[in-house]
Amino acid sequence: MVSSTPASATGSPARAGLRGSLVLRIWRRPRGAIGLVLTGVLVVSVLCAPALAPHGPLVLAKDAILVPPSGTFPFGTDELGRDILSRVLYGGRISLFVAFVSVLLAAVTGVVIGLTGGYFGRWWDAVVMRLMDTVLAFPAIILAMGVVSLLGPSSTNAMIAVAIVSIPVFARLTRSGVLAEREREYVEAAHAIGASDLHTIFREILPNTLTPVMVQVSISMGYAVLLEAGLSFLGLGTQPPQPSWGAMLFQASSYLNQAPWYGFFPGLLLTALVLGLNLLSEALQEVLSRTV
Amino acid sequence: MARYVGARVAQAVPVLFLVTVLVFSIIHLTPGDPAYVLLGPNAMPDQVRALRAELGLDRPLPVQYAVWLGHVVRGDLGRSYLNGFPVIGLIDRAWPVTLSLTIGALLVALGLAFPLSLLAVRFRRTWVDHATVTFVSVAYATPTFWIGILLIFALSLRLRWFPPSGYVPLVQNPAQGLRLLVMPSIALGCGVGAVLTRFLRATILETLAQEYVRTARAKGVAEPAVLYRHAARNALIPVVTVLGLQFGTFMGGAVLTEAIFGLPGVGRLLWNSVLARDYAVVQAMVLATTVAFVLINIATDLCYGLLDPRIRYG
Repeated sequence: MVSSTPASATGSPARAGLRGSLVLRIWRRPRGAIGLVLTGVLVVSVLCAPALAPHGPLVLAKDAILVPPSGTFPFGTDELGRDILSRVLYGGRISLFVAFVSVLLAAVTGVVIGLTGGYFGRWWDAVVMRLMDTVLAFPAIILAMGVVSLLGPSSTNAMIAVAIVSIPVFARLTRSGVLAEREREYVEAAHAIGASDLHTIFREILPNTLTPVMVQVSISMGYAVLLEAGLSFLGLGTQPPQPSWGAMLFQASSYLNQAPWYGFFPGLLLTALVLGLNLLSEALQEVLSRTV
Repeated sequence: MARYVGARVAQAVPVLFLVTVLVFSIIHLTPGDPAYVLLGPNAMPDQVRALRAELGLDRPLPVQYAVWLGHVVRGDLGRSYLNGFPVIGLIDRAWPVTLSLTIGALLVALGLAFPLSLLAVRFRRTWVDHATVTFVSVAYATPTFWIGILLIFALSLRLRWFPPSGYVPLVQNPAQGLRLLVMPSIALGCGVGAVLTRFLRATILETLAQEYVRTARAKGVAEPAVLYRHAARNALIPVVTVLGLQFGTFMGGAVLTEAIFGLPGVGRLLWNSVLARDYAVVQAMVLATTVAFVLINIATDLCYGLLDPRIRYG
């Protein structure tokens, strides 16, 4: 989205070069480097799950039930004899996908709400922002559980629930950006040359309010991964036999005595991914706050 | 002060109204008529019609909403579809469990945050500080339910210090009740403790840079006294706000914590109702927790105004 910034009234020609060095500057910070490595390794390995997984995620080995980690089953097997490593890898794909899509949905919806609310003001602003306040009034997981109870448990519905919960923060961020930008001269200039509202909002104001949104996307990702895992843990997200980290941890809690490894690996990967995403977003915030 | 309180409460009214509308819609957005849900798939049409009339489902929605709100305000939250128990009774039995869990978690969070943040500041830029910052990042990223699973494995199954799960009311058997609350409180308190540690460390560092701290140092006050008496004390006020904001985290975390440790609290009641599609209970629980959340947020703001006069007159 950022790369499409027009060289119009906003004009920042150094943008492309700046973005190239952004990763480099994140990398130079200790947390940024750890975040990049953790997230990078995990994202690449779950994306390459079909190549890396030694077994299918749904393949049952009847003679290998709750087997401890070994050469054939590096992370051991579960109560149905399925390879935990393979399930962790495939489960990670679903977790990442759900988190990514829901944050994207939330960001797009929230940005549109914030842009139009801040730009048009009056009754529209009042209505949408009160609605956002209302969504924020619910404790996040409680609202997500309410949404899933309405729509029925599935990973798609968990995705919708996570998205709904994450919209208000994007709307508020964008709106406050718009309120500041609206008074700037370039907006006035756009009006003067007869630009439509739509053009002014999306081509002029939007690019200038995107930086905090980008940071918020990175913050929301870690949160979304955790929320999805929480919903799946409660049986309200990804449904069996499809693997998911949350659901695996729930299953594992019944076999702690016989198979402690069962609950160890999904939890470890989940924590590592969330940690990586959080560190990455912190480094991004530091880097961007120095730039602006 | 009265004007400040009035303004803050007035702000919450439209939000609370919209919350009730949204929550009311839960039952009416559910797939299938509640009467069918209640009676099961083999219900006769006239049975359904009779029940619809009894539940008021045949009246226009705004009327239904008004009637429902009237009941809610009087404390009648409806009855469970599953067993017919009044929801208010179910909540009455569940909330002390969640409250004791939350207080335990709060103690864990404060017990982590104060010593850790003071240590980190006292030994700024040494390995102690770095270790604290690392611990905070990891604790913040670790899901409640994984901490719970690790605790059960380590402290219960291996070391046998605590029973793995269950609940005994504190009034009935205080010793056993407390023992059962230790692991859930740690699981729930860790994340909030991490947020609080990070926040306190930053705030204390900020106050250390203030003029009055420099004055105290210039007067020859010893460094520990500067830290504890001057800087840390002023960092306490915002803690109230952070804890208030974390109440939502506690509520959400309570659902997961109660699920692992088998605590019959509010979170577990909500969870079971969602799984059983007992919409009457889901509706009431979502409403009750959200109203509690809104009220806590107001109380937090008021406390803050009380503690810091700059807010009230700002």
